[in-house]
Amino acid sequence: MKIHEYQAKEILRRYNVPVPNGKMVTTLEEADSASKSLFSAGNAAVVVKAQIHAGGRGKGGGVKVARSLEDAHSASKTILGMQLITHQTGPEGQKVQRLLIEEASQIDRELYLGLVLDRAAAKYVFMASQAGGMEIEEVAAKDPDAIYKETINPAIGFQPYQARKLAFQLGLKPTQINQAVAFMQGLYKAFVDTDSTLMEINPFITTKDDKLLALDCKINFDDNAMFRHKDLKELRDLAEEDALEVEASKYALNYIKLDGSIACMVNGAGLAMATMDIIEYAGGSAANFLDVGGGANQQQIEQAFGILLSDPNVKAIFINIFGGILRVDVLAQGVVNAARSLNVTLPIILRLEGTNVEEGRKILKQSDLNFQVGETMKDAADLAVAAAKGGK
Amino acid sequence: MAVLVDRNTRLIVQGITGREGTFHARGCAEYGTNVVGGVTPGKGGTLHEGWPVFNTVDEAVRETGANVSVLFVPPPFAADGILEAIAAQLPLVICITEGIPTLNMVRAWESVRQSGSRLIGPNCPGVISPGKAKVGIMPGRIHKEGSVGIVSKSGTLTYEAVYQLTTRGIGQSTAIGIGGDPIIGTTHIDALKLLNEDPETEAIIMIGEIGGTAEEAAAAYVKEHVRKPVVGFIAGQTAPPGRRMGHAGAIISGGEGTAASKMEAMRAAGIHVVTSPAEMGETMARVLGRS
Repeated sequence: MKIHEYQAKEILRRYNVPVPNGKMVTTLEEADSASKSLFSAGNAAVVVKAQIHAGGRGKGGGVKVARSLEDAHSASKTILGMQLITHQTGPEGQKVQRLLIEEASQIDRELYLGLVLDRAAAKYVFMASQAGGMEIEEVAAKDPDAIYKETINPAIGFQPYQARKLAFQLGLKPTQINQAVAFMQGLYKAFVDTDSTLMEINPFITTKDDKLLALDCKINFDDNAMFRHKDLKELRDLAEEDALEVEASKYALNYIKLDGSIACMVNGAGLAMATMDIIEYAGGSAANFLDVGGGANQQQIEQAFGILLSDPNVKAIFINIFGGILRVDVLAQGVVNAARSLNVTLPIILRLEGTNVEEGRKILKQSDLNFQVGETMKDAADLAVAAAKGGK
Repeated sequence: MAVLVDRNTRLIVQGITGREGTFHARGCAEYGTNVVGGVTPGKGGTLHEGWPVFNTVDEAVRETGANVSVLFVPPPFAADGILEAIAAQLPLVICITEGIPTLNMVRAWESVRQSGSRLIGPNCPGVISPGKAKVGIMPGRIHKEGSVGIVSKSGTLTYEAVYQLTTRGIGQSTAIGIGGDPIIGTTHIDALKLLNEDPETEAIIMIGEIGGTAEEAAAAYVKEHVRKPVVGFIAGQTAPPGRRMGHAGAIISGGEGTAASKMEAMRAAGIHVVTSPAEMGETMARVLGRS
């Protein structure tokens, strides 16, 4: 689960990790009043920051520094409501519905701090780099030695000596070391307490008066742990997510919207990914990833159908099921019912295998609906691609 | 011979009185696996479907002589269940549960690593040695006893591979579902090592997916140590970066975990990499000279 920068900074504040003063606003009036109070508090400049879940906001024009109330007003006016396009949003961009109005900081150095899971070691790792403000992936690719790492023993947690080591590697001044240790330990505590899977402070800055600040903050939570964080769950902003994905999540369907024309309904995550792949090799492209799971019932299948059909790009539907726990006849009945009740006119291509496959095929045949059945996964993919192309 | 589970398997089911636990305990027993009992705290001393239920794993092991445990414990309690099983010194612990918080696994991991137990999963379909024993949720009847070993992160893709082999008359020695979570007990390398050292296994199918770098590490191992033919497939060749594709571990992040990188490493190791999941069986048949 992703959250906004302003929400992430709220969390850091609770762990005494210093962040700039600021306010989240949703209207131009609120933006003006937030800017005004920052200017009257003596700040020489304010920063207007678009709050969307994607990165690369600065380059996309979603972050502006303003040195006067008028500038702040025009920056807020430009950014609020704009379709912000970054390398992470896709070509259509993301509508900016919230702004963070913050005091501008006197930046001396821009550094990087991050906490992630090292999957191979099965441990969390604290990362630091002097190359702040850049994409850490770029730094890792160009100069992996520029990233300092401390692996954390989960039994004792992130130790002060590890924080000191990173602080010295970052070349912080002796007067900043203790601040940095407290800063990093606060981050680690916040990370563990909130069941985060990713925490990035980029940039982590030193100011001209030797203070340390989290100028930006990105936090992702572990979806599997949200059952024990009712408060964090509230931070979810549905406006930032695809409407169909939100709808699917209500029915415990694992759906991800893509931009092709062949809708997929598959059981199992691996097979669902492989189905997208095989469509691509057959010359088409998938409209979505959808794993209906091993124990899907008829109702879920009907709901899944409804979601697939709400995507206007869809020209054909490819159902690829290997019935293990999920019985093929149950699925077939669900498909027939859904196709009837939703009045489906799009071509439906099925490839069914596994438990009760004969009964399943019989149900499809006895319905008067227009199904095409592929013998193998490859045949079915070819049929689906042909149907999607012919269906225009 | 097969690996991990066979006719000597004495299985206990943690969470046996739950819906999933009951259903699959029955499924394993029907396949011929020797299910000797189960564990549900608070229901010790009762019988469930004819099996004795114990309050603790330790007691279950002492009373039944179990040597394998399979977990159908809900996600919030599953890591604790794994720790209980290794504390009872079970040599093999198979965790089916999907959705365990990463933090719970990070905390449990050091104990798992230092123990003498092998953990398979979590978030996996389990292990089957066709004709001998099934410990997990896979449909038993699609399997056929034979000599191709399978290791896979994905349940349904494993069934797919098995089915493609069986319909061509090619049987399987053991199919190991290692699971789709970011932290798993037995990795591709560990499973490949087992299958490589198993005299009954003639050839191996290795199925991976996007996320992490375990397949790259496994490819290096194959290059160095494995002389048996290996057929490989990676799911998620068209998956967008930064999105979790169903499995908690199936995500390309920070430029790491792409299918292209895994397939390249596997090809360089001499693995017969197929681009389409429909070609796993026929490629294996060709490699074995049975097409």
